[in-house]
Amino acid sequence: MRMLTWKYASPQYFYPLAGKMIPWFAALAVLFGVSGLWLGFFVAPTDAQQGEGYRIIFIHVGASWMSMFIYLVMAFWASIGLSFNTRLSSMMASALAPTGAMFAFLSLWTGALWGKPMWGTWWVWDARLTSELILLFLYLGFIALQAAIDEPRRADKAGAILALVGVVNVPIIYFSVKWWNTLHQGASVSLTQAPSMAKTMLLGMLMMALCFWMYSIAVALARVRAIMLERERNSEWVTQLKEVQS
Amino acid sequence: MNWNSPAEFFAMGGYGFYVWGSFGVTTLALLIEPLLIGKRQSEAVKSLQRELSAKERSQ
Repeated sequence: MRMLTWKYASPQYFYPLAGKMIPWFAALAVLFGVSGLWLGFFVAPTDAQQGEGYRIIFIHVGASWMSMFIYLVMAFWASIGLSFNTRLSSMMASALAPTGAMFAFLSLWTGALWGKPMWGTWWVWDARLTSELILLFLYLGFIALQAAIDEPRRADKAGAILALVGVVNVPIIYFSVKWWNTLHQGASVSLTQAPSMAKTMLLGMLMMALCFWMYSIAVALARVRAIMLERERNSEWVTQLKEVQS
Repeated sequence: MNWNSPAEFFAMGGYGFYVWGSFGVTTLALLIEPLLIGKRQSEAVKSLQRELSAKERSQ
């Protein structure tokens, strides 16, 4: 097992493995997405307070979860790359950043479109919204910092430090609705309390979150493959690839 | 079933702009990102091919 882990930790072996995994995760994303949309639009009932406007929840919650979760995974890989000097871990961190940034943007975007009709405003500077905006800036900062440094290994290190410092923001986002008085409602799903919303609403939301999760895996694997080709351009295994040879 | 007609579905009980604005932009983002990655991948492959053929010619 240990040997196997080491083997797939090298780009040479991970590249074809990632290529094989992408279609499966993409298929799962479509499957969860179709069932989530069907549940969200056709099965879940109209909300008593928010009418049909609440249906934004089906993407808003999943996108927000993914924006935080991807950040944690990115920081994890960056820290592994920093401590063990493993190339692939750092490439994985770089591959996750744009997708995380996209979900942070979507979380803010759908939140604004939900806030306008329900709160009467697109944006307020409250704890939840502001810390999510900071998350988006952390992603963009990570991407910009890495792009600004020519030498990849140094870029990895600088990015990893930024990513690790920024981790503190994730629990702040998550608990912001408890710690501060905010306009934003409390957590939609709690591990300690029975779900407060209709079962079909909850299920639709979870399906959409799973769709985003599988999508993120597929997309990060695809991006890390491109990064491997760019960074390992001078190594033998890259020039031996079938797609490069033809 | 929540809807009696397609028009009712698109109106989203008056929240159409907000609901479709959210789902529309999300769908767009989730379609564009894979396309951009595909482009990045094929550009990486192309530049490797150019390098390889340049090396072969110089030999």
